[in-house]
Amino acid sequence: MPKFIFLWTDIALFLMVAAVVFYAWRVRRSETARATWGRVAHNAPAMSSAVVLLFFVVVGLLDSVHYQQRLPSAPGAPVNAPVVYSPQVVSLLDTLLDNTALTHQEKTYSAPLAWRQFTKETILVDGGESYRDFPRLRYGGQHLDEPQAQWLHDVLLRAGLGAAGGLLVAALLIGLVMAVIARSRKRGAVFKGWSALVKEIAAGHSDMPWRAMLVTATTMSLVLGVILGLSSGYHVMGTDQTGNDVLWRALKSVRTAWVIGTLTTVAMLPPAIFFGIAAGYFKGWVDDIIQYIYTTLTAIPGVLLIAAAVLMMQVYIDTHPDLFPTAAQRADLRLFLLCMILGLTGWAGLCRLLRAEALKLRELEYVQAARAFGISHFKVMTRHLLPNVMHIVLITVVLEFSALVLYEAVLSYLGIGVDPSMNSFGTMIDNARLEMSRDPMVWWNLLTAFVFMLTLVLSANLFADGVRDAFDPRSQSFRPARRSRMLAILNRGST
Amino acid sequence: MGKTNELVLDVRDLSIAIDHQEQMTFAVQALAISVYRGQTFALVGESGSGKSMTALALMRLLPEALQVVQGEVLLEGQNINALPEMAMQKVRGGRIAMIFQEPGTSLNPILRIGEQLLETIMVHTDLRGAAARDKAIHWLTRVGIPEPEDRIDHYPFQFSGGQKQRIMIAMALAAEPDVLVADEPTTALDVTVQAQILALLADIQKELGMAVLMITHDLAIVHQVADTVALMRHGKIVETAPADEFFRSPKHPYARELFDAIPTFDKRGRALSALGQASAVRCDVPAPDQGSPVLTVHNLRVGYPIRRGWLRRLVGMAQVVDGVSFELRAGQTMALLGGSGCGKTTVAKALLRLLDGVAVSGGDVRLNGQDLLSAKGAQLKELRTKIQIVFQDPFASLDPRMRVGEILEEGVAALLPELTAQQRNERVLGLLERVGLPEDTARRYPHEFSGGQRQRIAIARALAVQPKVLILDEPTSALDVSVQAQILDLLNDLQREFGMAYLFITHNFGVVEYFADEIAIMSAGELVEMGSAEQVLLRPQHKVTKQLLEAVPRLSFGVDAS
Repeated sequence: MPKFIFLWTDIALFLMVAAVVFYAWRVRRSETARATWGRVAHNAPAMSSAVVLLFFVVVGLLDSVHYQQRLPSAPGAPVNAPVVYSPQVVSLLDTLLDNTALTHQEKTYSAPLAWRQFTKETILVDGGESYRDFPRLRYGGQHLDEPQAQWLHDVLLRAGLGAAGGLLVAALLIGLVMAVIARSRKRGAVFKGWSALVKEIAAGHSDMPWRAMLVTATTMSLVLGVILGLSSGYHVMGTDQTGNDVLWRALKSVRTAWVIGTLTTVAMLPPAIFFGIAAGYFKGWVDDIIQYIYTTLTAIPGVLLIAAAVLMMQVYIDTHPDLFPTAAQRADLRLFLLCMILGLTGWAGLCRLLRAEALKLRELEYVQAARAFGISHFKVMTRHLLPNVMHIVLITVVLEFSALVLYEAVLSYLGIGVDPSMNSFGTMIDNARLEMSRDPMVWWNLLTAFVFMLTLVLSANLFADGVRDAFDPRSQSFRPARRSRMLAILNRGST
Repeated sequence: MGKTNELVLDVRDLSIAIDHQEQMTFAVQALAISVYRGQTFALVGESGSGKSMTALALMRLLPEALQVVQGEVLLEGQNINALPEMAMQKVRGGRIAMIFQEPGTSLNPILRIGEQLLETIMVHTDLRGAAARDKAIHWLTRVGIPEPEDRIDHYPFQFSGGQKQRIMIAMALAAEPDVLVADEPTTALDVTVQAQILALLADIQKELGMAVLMITHDLAIVHQVADTVALMRHGKIVETAPADEFFRSPKHPYARELFDAIPTFDKRGRALSALGQASAVRCDVPAPDQGSPVLTVHNLRVGYPIRRGWLRRLVGMAQVVDGVSFELRAGQTMALLGGSGCGKTTVAKALLRLLDGVAVSGGDVRLNGQDLLSAKGAQLKELRTKIQIVFQDPFASLDPRMRVGEILEEGVAALLPELTAQQRNERVLGLLERVGLPEDTARRYPHEFSGGQRQRIAIARALAVQPKVLILDEPTSALDVSVQAQILDLLNDLQREFGMAYLFITHNFGVVEYFADEIAIMSAGELVEMGSAEQVLLRPQHKVTKQLLEAVPRLSFGVDAS
């Protein structure tokens, strides 16, 4: 039995998942909320993005289950010897990928799919002679006997097998989705046979954009299949300076991005909501004080504030080594506190929005009526104002997520972001600073970080757009039907 | 200019459809109207009847969810539905001009009015430079803006609501259109201003000989200005007739129903709505005058502090209400009347202590003998159960995120904490039944109800704590006339049943004539005249009262005239 380690951010992430599940349960029970989220569900780009995001969520969560493996007992040790655990903290994701190239370290740089190292080394031959050449990799392409002749064939074979596996998974997935739809329709007695269902989805006529979602899922399983197939023998995106697989680093960075994106907004919400609503509702001197606080806060350059806080925190961590037994725990605490710092310096924007909305709402007659009933200020704020500004909070949170993921990259690049030992898109880009100036260039580190970040942020943005469209009453767009179709309906109606 | 009886605008078989996801519903169906030069055609209907959609369709300005699916709009024989957009721009503003309901938002606030006027003139006429400016000044003079040479360079916020509507009219007329579409041109204005605007429109119409399509919900205005009347309901015209004939003997039962619903002095003590008339053998005797006053207001003054400078020092008071005194007896209705900005709503808010911390109230206000303005804590809570309010806008007065049951229960729970949850629930259900709402109302959200139903909910909420005084702040001004009739009937019944005193704040004379026992007229923060309804209405003393009364558009029917 391994020893589970609960890092601060692990707990925060799983609490957030619990909160999302709880919210989903609330939405299911409330008819209006269900209708609003239904509008998100009918938005094809948003739902396709949701499929991609789901993959990232799974990666992030798998990477958030941390434990120390139990070391095999030494030969000849007494039966009642204390159990010894490995000092290294690994995650479930690491264990799952254990048999692939992803978790195997090389000595230093190697290009994508390479079987030789990127740099030359002095190699000793048996006779004591030495020559300089590119040494073979420890893992990548190790199974090849005649690498020069076999390489291309082997790569294609593994990619093909991976693609086939991906297709199989996609087919299973499509079948499963179809079966679930059919089952729910049979229950509602609107099931018109399998062929009709397939035709409806293929033509894109279904209520939910199933076609778009399934196409996205198929594409993703294909890509993942190929990558996994190749990973069985090669470093798909090469290795970095210390020989870590770049793809593995990028996958580990997904969790960091999630933590930064979500935990920061959660840290930001309490001051933003409390101060924003209080300022708008009370006006007068309360409003003055809150406004002074946040205008002062926004007047200080954000990077300066964050740098100061991060340095203070680093000093504290360095002077209290006894509090943090493992490196992972040190790095994690730094990440956690970075989120808190970002949140506590970044609430001014949402606070302004909420203040303006509360100023408007407080004059509305239902708030006046509540006050005519002598309801306390706190209750008016929590029962009448807060539920009526929640749509703004939700829209801001979803939009803010991608901005924060990008901001983390900037901060890590400046050296005031996450711990250098922690994988994040920011540290990957930071490393690439030197790699790009080499000749020949080491480009794969930057490219991988770029592709991952683009996919994550783009799908988060598209999803956020869908949410905003659904929740913002002003942005509800009609898709007017063609005149011809309307006339057709008109004529059908009259006969 | 041109002879009369010439057909200018002919709308034939016009249908407008709303595309709502997979279904299609008609906003306007098979509409036919004919407007002649020099005449006023009135399109009358309650909200949602499709009259504004018709106006927008004539200008081809329908929102994208709406489409004309059938019919033609002939402007002097030319079908404008078939015109390309370029040609349509010449028609819009040039041959058909439109004035809108809300003068506050139809002018661009960051442009001088001169620039906005000149824009129209330049687009539709050949005048340029000084000549165009002279023309603009001419039109401002024509619509009665004083000192037009100076005012042409002012911004919209420097004008009053009535003046803004005059400027809108000047802009609409600057291109000398054939047809003027006026969409509720006076709804947002006070009675006195309304009368002036209607007179101005009639005057200019006579001079230019244009055709006017007047769109309104107010039958009294129609009676005053229209030559032909078309009554719309649910997107269809139910009756088209010459105005005198329409008002003498309306043929359609809906028209009859609408006339009955209009509150007037003669209908006091009778039910207004068809439902109310049918349902009850009513005691026509007005509620007996029950003895002692429940609310005495003596010399009420309300001022907003004016703070200036770095430390926000108090430098003065903006006196909004200045020495208002009146008495309100149980079972009696007092109407507080006045133009907008006269301070009547401030009186209500001060009485409810909603202005604490915003404004300063002085004077002596006693509710059941207890001092209302200085009450605190438990005493204030107890007083709050005795005075409650129903607001003007039923769409803003109910929290959209709470169920109706919760909304009603909230007040009871706050003010009468001794009641158990069971008792509260029973009280809520009883009230909903009393105000005539279906059984399942408590479990539903406010947006599922119509304006009239929402106002019933608001009334039920106020009644939940069984107040002695109910302040009604324009409770019917956001409602259609037939719904207003039902609400007024309900209020009458409730007063008779519970013996509440009503303080009725309004600017609508019809409602006052029908409803009030006593009338107090407010002007610039002061009470200028107070007395019994008959006294004030039939023998007004103060000039403000006389002015207000003269401006009210009157409806007289063939039947009633005798």
